[in-house]
Amino acid sequence: MAFVTANWNPLGESFYRKIELYEMGWNLKDGLRECLVAAAPYGGPIALLKGHYRRSPSARPQLEIYSSSGLPLASFPWKSGVVKQLGWTVSDDLLCVQEDGTVLVYDLWGGFKRHFSMGNEVSQSQVLETKIFHSPYGTGVAILTGALRFTLATNIDDIKLRRLPEVPGLQEAPSCWAVLTQDRQSKVLVANGSQLFILDNTACTPVTPPGLSPQASSIVHMCVSFSYKYLALLTDSGHVWMGTSNLKEKLSEVDTKIKTPPKQMAWCRRPKSQQPSAVVMWDGLLIVVGECKETIQYHLDDDSVLVPELDGVRIISGTHHELLQEVPGACEEIFKIASMAPGALLLEAHKEYEKESQKADEYLREIKEQSLLSEAVRQCVEAAGHEHEPETQKTLLRAASFGKCFLSNFPPEQFVSMCRDLRVLNAVRDYTVGIPLTHTQFKQMTVQVLIDRLVYRKLYPLAIEVCRYLKTPEYQGVSRVLKHWACYKVQQKEESDEVIAKAVSVKLADAAGISYSEIATKAYESGRTELAIKLLEFEPRSGEQVPLLLKMKKSPLALSKAIESGDTDLVYTVVMYLKNELNRGDFFMMLRNQPVALSLYKQFCKHQEQDTLKDLFNQDDDHEELGNFYVKASYKDQRLEARVALLQSAVDEYYKAKNDFSAKTTEDEMRLLRFQRKLEEEKDEQLVGFSLQDTMTTLLSVGLHKHAEQLYKDFRVPDKRFWWLKLKALAEKEDWEELEKFGKTKKSPIGYLPFVEVCIKHHNKYEAKKYVSKVTPEQKVKAHLAVGDMEGAAEAAIERRNESEISTVLSRCSATTDHLLMERLNRAKATAVKK
Amino acid sequence: MASHLFCGRVNLNILREAARKDLREFLDKCSGSKAIVWDEYLTGPFGLIAQYSLLKEHEVEKMFTLKGGRIPSAAVKNIVFFVRPRLELMDIIAENVASEDKLHPRDFHILFVPRRSLLCEQRLKEKGVLNSFTNIDEYILDLIPYDGDLLSMESESSFRECYLESDQTSLYHAAKGLMTLQALYGTIPQIFGKGECARHVANMMLRMKREFAGSHTQILPVFDTLLLLDRNVDLLTPLATQLTYEGLIDEIFSITNGYVKLPPEKFAQKKQGEGGKDLPTEPKKLQLNSAEELYAEIRDKNFNAVGAALSKKAKVISAAFEERHNAKTVGEIKQFVSQLPHMQAARSSLANHTSIAELIKDITTSEDFFDSLTVEQEFMTGVDTDKVSTYIEDCVAQKDPLIKILRLVCMQSVCNNGLKQKVLDFYKREILQTYGYKHILTLKNLEKVGLLKPQSTMRNNYPTIRKTLKLWMEDTNEQNPNDISYVYSGYAPLSVRLTQVLARPGWRSIEEVLKMLPGPHFEERQQVPTGLHKKRNKPVILVKSA
Repeated sequence: MAFVTANWNPLGESFYRKIELYEMGWNLKDGLRECLVAAAPYGGPIALLKGHYRRSPSARPQLEIYSSSGLPLASFPWKSGVVKQLGWTVSDDLLCVQEDGTVLVYDLWGGFKRHFSMGNEVSQSQVLETKIFHSPYGTGVAILTGALRFTLATNIDDIKLRRLPEVPGLQEAPSCWAVLTQDRQSKVLVANGSQLFILDNTACTPVTPPGLSPQASSIVHMCVSFSYKYLALLTDSGHVWMGTSNLKEKLSEVDTKIKTPPKQMAWCRRPKSQQPSAVVMWDGLLIVVGECKETIQYHLDDDSVLVPELDGVRIISGTHHELLQEVPGACEEIFKIASMAPGALLLEAHKEYEKESQKADEYLREIKEQSLLSEAVRQCVEAAGHEHEPETQKTLLRAASFGKCFLSNFPPEQFVSMCRDLRVLNAVRDYTVGIPLTHTQFKQMTVQVLIDRLVYRKLYPLAIEVCRYLKTPEYQGVSRVLKHWACYKVQQKEESDEVIAKAVSVKLADAAGISYSEIATKAYESGRTELAIKLLEFEPRSGEQVPLLLKMKKSPLALSKAIESGDTDLVYTVVMYLKNELNRGDFFMMLRNQPVALSLYKQFCKHQEQDTLKDLFNQDDDHEELGNFYVKASYKDQRLEARVALLQSAVDEYYKAKNDFSAKTTEDEMRLLRFQRKLEEEKDEQLVGFSLQDTMTTLLSVGLHKHAEQLYKDFRVPDKRFWWLKLKALAEKEDWEELEKFGKTKKSPIGYLPFVEVCIKHHNKYEAKKYVSKVTPEQKVKAHLAVGDMEGAAEAAIERRNESEISTVLSRCSATTDHLLMERLNRAKATAVKK
Repeated sequence: MASHLFCGRVNLNILREAARKDLREFLDKCSGSKAIVWDEYLTGPFGLIAQYSLLKEHEVEKMFTLKGGRIPSAAVKNIVFFVRPRLELMDIIAENVASEDKLHPRDFHILFVPRRSLLCEQRLKEKGVLNSFTNIDEYILDLIPYDGDLLSMESESSFRECYLESDQTSLYHAAKGLMTLQALYGTIPQIFGKGECARHVANMMLRMKREFAGSHTQILPVFDTLLLLDRNVDLLTPLATQLTYEGLIDEIFSITNGYVKLPPEKFAQKKQGEGGKDLPTEPKKLQLNSAEELYAEIRDKNFNAVGAALSKKAKVISAAFEERHNAKTVGEIKQFVSQLPHMQAARSSLANHTSIAELIKDITTSEDFFDSLTVEQEFMTGVDTDKVSTYIEDCVAQKDPLIKILRLVCMQSVCNNGLKQKVLDFYKREILQTYGYKHILTLKNLEKVGLLKPQSTMRNNYPTIRKTLKLWMEDTNEQNPNDISYVYSGYAPLSVRLTQVLARPGWRSIEEVLKMLPGPHFEERQQVPTGLHKKRNKPVILVKSA
C-alpha cells in the first residue's frame, strides 16, 4: 500500500503514472520490429502483420490477431495485395487497407467478411498513406493518394466517398496530417512544411496555430485527442504546441529539446484533467509533456506502439502492455504523500481501526468535525474505481464502507454499483479475457457494448455471468447472449442437424424473447436449410417464420404459417410473393387449398385486378359470383347494348347456378331497359336506369297512362302498390277527375282511407270528403278526423262503441267549440267501458 | 379533458395516456415543424385520443386531407402522412411525393394506423417512392377509449369484412388490442366466447400470449372475465329501433366518433338585439360523453323518462341560481360565485339537451314512428312473422327510405329464423321493382351475411330463444327500470341477456339455447402470475362484440 505512489511522476500540478497491464502472452522473436501493428481502443484486440516490409514473393507476410494480453486469436498468411495500414472498427472488425485502395474487412477471428474499394481514383494513383478514424458516425477511412489528394469515407458501413479539394503548393507527401471531426463533418488537417491547412468538403483553408514558436520551419508530427477537441503539433525545432483543435486557443508549448522526428505522438489527457498533456515516442524514449517546462521521460527497452485511449495512452511492446495516465484527482487526493484530504484521512482511520487503535477515532473525528465524511466516502469509492490492483480497490472500498457506518442517509447506490462494476472489470481484465478497460472507459462504452464484445469473442459463459450479475433485463442480456451463442453453434459444421437443434432448444428453452427465426436465418445462410426448418419449429411467433420460409422457398409452409399468425398483412405478403413466383395455374391451386388466403386475394383483386377475379370465379365454377360480377360490370358501362349483353351473361350464369329468382329478375331488368330505351326514343322522356316504380311514376306524371298500365301488367306489379302509385301520381298532378274515375274502376285493394289522406295531403278537403263514405267501418273515425269532421268522427266512434276510438276523438275535440259533442262522447265512453 | 374516462369502474385513461405517449414519441421523431396529411377516415378516431393542441405542442403547424396531386405548400420541414394501410391510399401518397417541389424538398414520414403493412410498403416500393420516407412507423390504435365504460375500435366496416368478405383483419386487430389492454391492465383470467370470430380472436390471443412468453406483466388483473361475442349471434338487436335517449340521437342524427351534428336552427344563440337575423347554417357539432354530467345521467334512460329528468334538472338548476338571494355574508357570496361556472355549464347543457329532446319528440310522436315500432314489436314477440307484412308492403308502396324497409324485412327474417321462400321472393321483387334492380346485389349481400335468409327445414327456434332468455318482457318499467328490457320498451337485447346469464348462474344453464345460436361457445383460462390472484366481490366483465 505504501507503494501506491511508487510509479507516480510529477508534472506541473499533477502526477502521471504508468501501470503494467499485462506481460504479453505472445512470443514474438523480433518484438514489434518490422511489424505493421494496430490495436483497437477500449482494450480491444491487436493485429500484427509480420514481415510486411520484406517484399519478396517467396515469404508471405503473416497476419496475426491477439487479445490485449497477447493471447492468439487468429493467424494466417497474407495472400492479398500489399497492405498499407491496419485498423479496427468500432465493432472490433479488422480493416486492411491495400495499396490499390481496396479495404478488406475481417472479424477478430480472422474470418473474411467483405471488402470494398475507396474508388477508382485511389486505385489508379495508389495509396500513399492512410488513416482509420472513429467518429459518432462510425469508423472512417482517410486516404492520401499518390496524386497527393485526399479521399475520405466517414462510415464504412454506409460508404459515401468524398474527394477533398487540392492542397495548394503540395509537391510531395505532406510532412504530417490528421483527421478531425468538427461541426458534424470529417476534415483533414495537413501540414506542408510550416504551413497548415484544413480541408473540408468544399475548401482548403490555410490556418495558423496561435502562438506557435517562430523557430519552427516545419511541422513534423501532429495528433488529435480522443475527443477531437485538442490538437498537438511537433515542430522540427523540437517544440510541442498544444491547443484546441479549432486552432483558436493555445494551451501550452514545451521544448522537448529533441530534434529528430518521433515515431509516434498521442494525447494523454483524461476527461476533467488538470492540464493538457501529450506523449511523444522516439526509439527507446518516451516523453510526457504538459504545461510546464519540465517533462517526464521514460526509457523504453523495446519497440513499442502507443494506443490513445479516452483517459490515457496504452504502450504495447514486444513483452509488456502498460497504461500511462494522469493520476485521477481522487487517487491523488488520497495517496499523495501527507495528504490531509478527507479520503486520505478516512483511509488512515480505517487502517488504524484494523489495528484496533484508538487513533481511528481521532481521524474520524477530524473528518466529522469538518462535516466531510460523506465527501471522504465518495472519494474512496471513486478512487477505488480508478485503481487497477484489486487489493488497492478492496482497501479503498473497505475504508468507504467503514466511513459509511458513521453516516445516516448516505445513498448506497454509488458504493454498490462501484463494487459491481469493479467485479465485472476485474473479470474482463483477467489475462485470459484480456480486455484492460478502465472504469472511465467502461462507463463510456456501456455494459451493452461490453457484453457485445464478450459475445464477439465467443466468451458466452462470461457474458451470461456478467448479465446475471449486473441484473441486465433478460431480454437485452442473457437472451441476447444465448441467441448469439446459438447463431455461432449452428455454423459448426462437424455436428449433425439433430444434435445442434437439440442443443439449441435445450439451452434456450426458458430464455425469454429468443428469436429462433434469427438463428434459423444464420443456419440457412451457412447452407443448412434442414436445420433452419427444424429451428423455425421452435419459433413461437409464426409471423417471424414467414420471411425466412419464403427465402428458403418453402412457400406452402410460409403460407400456412402466415395464416396461422392471423396477421392478414403477412398473408397478403406471401400471396403476392407466390403470385410472382408461381405460374398462374399453380398459384390458383395453392390458394384453393387455403380459403383464408383465397378470400383475401379475392378482396385484393376486387380493388386491383377485376379480370383476375373473374378467372378465380371461373376456376371454382362459382356461377353465382360470376353472375354478380357481370351485374356489377353492367353498371360500369354506359352503352345500353353492352349493359344488356352483360346482363345476359349474368342471366346465363344465374341459370347455371340454379338461381331462378336472380335470373328472372335480371331478365326483367333487361326487358325494362329495352322498354325504357324505346320510350325514350319515342317520347323524349328520361327513363333509362330508373326502377320500375319510378318509371311508372314518370309515365303517369306525363300522362302516359297506357304505357304505365302496360308495365303494371307485364311485370305483374301487385295491385296494391300500383293503386298507391297511381293515386299519388294523380294527386300530385291534381288531376282530381281522373282520380275519381280511377277510384271507381274497381274496388280499391288499398281501401279508401289512402284516398282521403292523399287528398288532404294535397290540401283538397273537398275531394277528400268524396271518399269518406267509402271507407271501411274500422277506418271511418280516422277518415272523418282527417277531413276535420268532428261530428262524423264522433258519430262513427259512438256507433262502433269503441272506447279507444272515442278517446281519440275526444282528444281532438276543443273544449270551447265542441262542448256538446264532448258530453255525448263521454257518455258513450262510459257505456262502452261498462260493456 | 378526459374526465369521462375516469368515471367507470376501470380507469380507461391509462389506455388513452399510453396512446398519447406513443403519438408524442412519433411526432418528436420527426424533428422540426411538420404538416400532417390525414387519411380523412382517421380524424374521427384520433379525436378520441388527442386534440389539436397536443399536435400543436409537437410542432404540427398545418393539417391537410389526403388527396391526389401536390400537397399544398406549407413552410414546414416535415410532411407526415397518417394513413390506414390501404393500397389505394398508397397510390395517392406516391402521387403526392412524386409531385413534390424538387427545389424545396421536405422530409416525408408515414404513420400507419393501426399497423404497418408490408403489402403497402411493397406498393410504395413499386412506385419508386419508398426511399423518400425518413420514417415509416405504425401507430397501434386498436381499442380506443370511448367513454368511461366503453372501448371501441371505431371500425365501422368490420362486420362487412368478417362476414361478407371473409377478411379477418379486424379480428387480428381486436386480438392485438386486447393484448395491449392486458399489458396495461393485467392478464384477464377467464375468457368466454360465442361464435366463429370470437373463437378466432381467442385463439389468436392465446397464441400471442405464448409468443410473448417470458415478458409477463406483473400487474394485478383489473378485468376478471372477457366475453367475446360474434355480431351474428345477436343480429336482432341492431335491427331494432333504439329507444334510449342516446340511441334515438344516433337513430335520428347518427353519432360518429362521439360527435353528433344537429340542425342549427334549434341552437341559434338567442341574443338580444340581433332578432335572429343570422341563423347559423353550419350544423351544430356536439361532443357526447359522460364528461357532461347531465348527459351521463340521461343518456341511457328510455326516451319516455327523459322529459321528467330534464324538468327535474331544470328545477335544481334554477333553485341553485336562486341561492344567490340567500347569500348574505361575503363568504357565502364568494362560495356562490365559485360555483357559478359549473352552474352556467349545467344550464347550457340543459338547454342543449332540451332542444335535442324536442327534436326527437317531434319524430317519436309521429304516427309513422309509432306504426313502425308496433310492427317491430310484433315481430319481436313473434306475431305474424311468417306472412307478408301489410305494413312493409305499404311502406314499399310509399317508397319509404330503403334502409327502413331492409331493417324491417331482416328483422322479420331473424325473428322467424328465415322467411318462407314465397314471402322472401315477394319482398325481394317488391324492393327490386321499387328501389331499382341494382339492389339485387344488396339483397344477395344480406343473404350472404345471414341477415336475410330463406326458411330451412329446421323449425323456427326464435320463440324458444325468446322464452328461455326472456327477450320480451311485458311489464317494462320505463321510468324506473329494473330490467334491461326498458331500453327497447320491452325487448331485452340478446347479447345483454347472454352476459347476464354468464354472470349468474352461468352458461351451463342455457346449453340448449347456445346450441341454437350460430358458432361454437367456449371457455378459456389464462394463467395469472402467482401472487396476483385477487379477491373482489364484483367481477368486472369486458364484453367485446366482433
